[in-house]
Amino acid sequence: MSGMSKIVKTITSIAFPFVMIYGLYVILHGHLTPGGGFQGGAVVASACAMIVVAFGSIWTMKKIKENQLSILESIGAIGFIVFAFLGLIILFDNSGIFFKNVFANSVYLFGQSVEYASTTANINTAGTLPLMNIAVGLKVIAGLFVIVLVMAYASNKIKERGD
Amino acid sequence: MTEDLLISLIHIVVPILIIAASIVAIYLKDLIAAAIAVAAMSLLLSLEFFILQAPDVAIAEAGVGACLTTAILIIAIKSTKRMEDEA
Repeated sequence: MSGMSKIVKTITSIAFPFVMIYGLYVILHGHLTPGGGFQGGAVVASACAMIVVAFGSIWTMKKIKENQLSILESIGAIGFIVFAFLGLIILFDNSGIFFKNVFANSVYLFGQSVEYASTTANINTAGTLPLMNIAVGLKVIAGLFVIVLVMAYASNKIKERGD
Repeated sequence: MTEDLLISLIHIVVPILIIAASIVAIYLKDLIAAAIAVAAMSLLLSLEFFILQAPDVAIAEAGVGACLTTAILIIAIKSTKRMEDEA
């Protein structure tokens, strides 16, 4: 069983980029709009599950292995805890507290101050929160996608063996 | 005034549909149809979260409940039996 019919594959190829872009938008705007790392990661993992259903798990397993997804998930977890421990480093001013938002109102990435008055939302704010959202999103994408991929692949293997 | 009436009507109709979908999911003997009923229940629950003004919970429910859980259930049903035995 290598996927479904040509109609399903074509529609999946058209719909996949839009779902992917929406999920990445939800992750990257986690500090401005509803959603965040988990919600956007669930949307992106749904897009990847759609690929698994349409093109078959064997085809998908040729493209990406579960070891690579495991490494990606570990990178997400380590990134989150590194950003949390960054608050303990004395290098930044006002630091020394676990989970302290050291990048807020600094010169670094995502470090601009939030302006008062009703302006357009500035994505380059909020310090370590967007970075933590990206780390959580990476972990959720890899974790949920590897569940669907390995389950589909294992059920395919059982069916090939003749049970 | 009419918008408030419409929102109140949705608040009445959507939970009834959620309960109906859940009862249908219990009584169906075809397990794939039951999984689709659970997906419909989850999608209606996502709509209910949205009209209760919790959009991030609605996104999480739509992504995990309606899509990924259904995919996992259907993969599991395909590798086991499709019809439920008469007990």
